[in-house]
Amino acid sequence: MANPVLIVAEHLKGELTEVTFEMLGLGRQLADALQAPLWALLMGEQVRALAQHLAVADQVFLVEQSGLQLPSPDQAAAIVKAAIDAQPVSLVLVAGTNVSLGIGAVLAGRLGRPYVNFCKSVTVEAGSILFTSQLFGGKIQADVKLPDACGVVSVYPGAFPAGPGRREGQPPIESLSLSAPSPMVQFKGYIEPETGDVDITKQEVLVAVGRGIQSQDNLAIAEDLASALNGAVCASRPVIDQGWLPLSRQVGKSGMNVKPRLYLALGISGAPEHWEGMQGSQLIVAVNTDPKAPIFDGAHYGTTVDALDLVPILTEKVKAKKG
Amino acid sequence: MNLIVCLRMVPDTVEELEIAADQKSLDAEVLRYRLSDPDEHALEQALLLKEKQGGTVTAIALEMPEIDDVLFTALAKGADRAVKIAGDWARLSSTATARVFREYLMGGGQNLAADSLVLLRSQASDELAGEVGVCLAENLGLPYVGVVTGVKVAGATLEVIKEFSGGLRGEFTLGLPAVLGIQSAEKPPRYVPIAKVRAVMKSARIETVEVPAPEQASVEMVDRLYKPEAAGRARMLEGTPESVADQILEILSQQSLV
Repeated sequence: MANPVLIVAEHLKGELTEVTFEMLGLGRQLADALQAPLWALLMGEQVRALAQHLAVADQVFLVEQSGLQLPSPDQAAAIVKAAIDAQPVSLVLVAGTNVSLGIGAVLAGRLGRPYVNFCKSVTVEAGSILFTSQLFGGKIQADVKLPDACGVVSVYPGAFPAGPGRREGQPPIESLSLSAPSPMVQFKGYIEPETGDVDITKQEVLVAVGRGIQSQDNLAIAEDLASALNGAVCASRPVIDQGWLPLSRQVGKSGMNVKPRLYLALGISGAPEHWEGMQGSQLIVAVNTDPKAPIFDGAHYGTTVDALDLVPILTEKVKAKKG
Repeated sequence: MNLIVCLRMVPDTVEELEIAADQKSLDAEVLRYRLSDPDEHALEQALLLKEKQGGTVTAIALEMPEIDDVLFTALAKGADRAVKIAGDWARLSSTATARVFREYLMGGGQNLAADSLVLLRSQASDELAGEVGVCLAENLGLPYVGVVTGVKVAGATLEVIKEFSGGLRGEFTLGLPAVLGIQSAEKPPRYVPIAKVRAVMKSARIETVEVPAPEQASVEMVDRLYKPEAAGRARMLEGTPESVADQILEILSQQSLV
């Protein structure tokens, strides 16, 4: 029997995050393939109540200490390492989110194990496991084999189903009392999302603009189309960083997660960070002059005509249709 | 403040990427490199802090094609020093990159000044072996916060804002010296006219340094690099803008969206 597979549970504002269940589902699959138990490590300040949601794991290890509400990478890595020093594991799965960013890389370094970042799929064949990561804005994939299936894997959020990881119950819980070095970073508090003029998560139609829109002046044609379709304009990171639209309009990894009936993407390449925030849209129409843009791999319809030519014509046609 | 920005160019993903014959790396012959957006933001945040707090900005970069332009541009924007770490770094893993930066900053037993702040981009899509920023912090034994979108200095303490998701952010404090992974600066990166960069090229100098090349351990892990096969390719609408607009209108009508 191989050493256990360990997932590092992630929580934010008192709730387990979606990626935790995705990791549990994946962890179960990997543990079964390796004929190994699945363990979960839950660390935080008062998090015992969350353990009941981790029942897919065969064993939950609980580390409750003050100052662990949002541990820094070195602090979290120190705790995981202390927890597994006495009882070795094979694979450690950590969340590839902003919340957990850095924990996996530091942990892998300290364990002297390889690290696989951006893991989006896993293939199990005859006892060997192939981890596939998405690199370079989604344009390249890397297959990685870990020697003896030992290493630290950062699991891309939204890449694996959460369903298989959800089960309520009373998994065996073992409280660990670990001495971790005093934290070098202190968490002070949350800053709630800015409530903008428009809540883009509640819109049925979103016209999304990316770097391809070229200038702030061109936002007007997107606004006109959104208004004709009774929707709103949202954007990918480069547009927000330029200050052309407020943070409340950002879609993607650190922005909003949207699921409109129509997502019309103008000049958006479809990098994984953006895709993460809009993949649940019912109908995705992508306009991008680069025929190889990754957005076309996931969109339902696409066109390579220039958005600046297309949008004003489309707006007029929508208006005419509506009368 | 001793503000240090570590820059690293990344393959420009707007260009076509080709896989090298070994199937484990990108074909360097056809690669074009650019500074990533978060690198530009890390530099901008350093310049903003210098304007507020005083101090010096040192831009450090690994030697790459066109890196001199990047460093002269940093000087033209307001950096005080530009340092190029000479070598062939095209296939350097992200963890090895962090070791090169560490070697420059603390090699030979030198210490970072107590008021040092190292700024790097928070993450990049080629960091398969680990994010350079957090690995550098680990190598230097310094506190680190990533995905940073705001920095305030209060004496020897930093107050930083980190992005989570869904617009939620958190506030953290940490002491100097420290390493920050910058996602966005508080203002868009400043523009500098080409004429000013050209003038700087004539008047300023890039310092070239050498550091021992680190061991490359993590590269062999990659079994194969390849271009993804599209799982579900979009149905492409062809024709003039007029005709494509008609086709989109028809799709929207079928879905009762117009």
